[in-house]
Amino acid sequence: MILSWKTGGVLLGVVFFAAVLLVKPIGVSTQFVIFDGILWDMVDDGVVVPSKEAKSGYASPNAYLDKSGGKYAKNVAHPWNYSFIFVLALMGGAALSGVLRGGVRREERIMPPVWRANFGDGVWKRYAAAFAAGFVVLYGARLAGGCTSGHMMSGMTQTAMSAYIFTAGVFLAAVPVALLVYRKEG
Amino acid sequence: MTTLILAIVIGGTFGFMLDRIGATNPNVIIGMLRLSNLHLMKTIFLAIGTASVLLHAGLMLGVVDPGHLDVKDAYFGVFIGGLLLGLGFAVAGYCPGTGLAAAATGRWDGLVFVLGGLFGAGAYMSTYTWVKSMGVLDHVLGGKAALGALAGTKYPAVIAGVPGEWLGLVLGIAFIVIAAVLPGRMRGAPFVGDRPAEAD
Repeated sequence: MILSWKTGGVLLGVVFFAAVLLVKPIGVSTQFVIFDGILWDMVDDGVVVPSKEAKSGYASPNAYLDKSGGKYAKNVAHPWNYSFIFVLALMGGAALSGVLRGGVRREERIMPPVWRANFGDGVWKRYAAAFAAGFVVLYGARLAGGCTSGHMMSGMTQTAMSAYIFTAGVFLAAVPVALLVYRKEG
Repeated sequence: MTTLILAIVIGGTFGFMLDRIGATNPNVIIGMLRLSNLHLMKTIFLAIGTASVLLHAGLMLGVVDPGHLDVKDAYFGVFIGGLLLGLGFAVAGYCPGTGLAAAATGRWDGLVFVLGGLFGAGAYMSTYTWVKSMGVLDHVLGGKAALGALAGTKYPAVIAGVPGEWLGLVLGIAFIVIAAVLPGRMRGAPFVGDRPAEAD
């Protein structure tokens, strides 16, 4: 069911191009921060406040939400903007594709075969690893200012210097770790 | 309103494509990172190459508004952040975009990854002031710099005097060539046709 690299590559490339042509380069990881901000704002009204001094019109006691003139603070206050809906639509598109190809096999929904081959069937072991990995990935993505989508794919397309620094970091860590952690192919 | 329709169409197509190239399957990602199955690597290189050629040709022909470009900042933390992302990427087989997409296709470990990601992003929010004080967010190599000079933008050029659009075009073609010459597999069983035998 996976497209050949030729078809898949050209189609995905056209999507990247269409995004820049029509709106702006694709990016995902910022929206994890925006979603956190929305949740935080639900339990604490003071997280995002209107501000006349801030460039965006919003400020936050959190230095990260407040940076760049309160850009993120504004998006937390008004999440129904392009970038947030883009990410929701991404999930919708993936779900649609998944349904059309008959869904993920039951035994693969919890863990991929390569995990099972190396670490066995334990569900919580896989979940603990996935949670910790998610934590490290998003901490790293926010430190870097983008993820595989924004920094690597969109960045390299635009010939950004930062994209090459980021990509070097990702593969310098990912390839040795994958080789060490997954001794068996599965 | 138009913006929201574009968000739904472009975001939806992107998510659909991530699933169709196999990027929502951690087995495929881990297979790529342990260099046993490079099919996805070929797809990604071709995608970046195709987008580069279209983008830079579009910039030269005046079809693409240079104001739509968004070159990110370069600083030491980009490299450290890349290392961290790479570590988690290899263990989970997910990155932020594919984790969300995988969760949406019904993968529970993808959903757990996203949950961990929300905590990780929250941890960055709480430690941002400290991180900034360490100086790792200070610009290097010109900050928001492109490799060549891109007309109609303020981005400084790393290689002065080189027209960025031509460089982008050449790099795009180079990525397409890399996609074509990369072997499908580097270790393990041979490749069948132009796609991996075990992919479903």
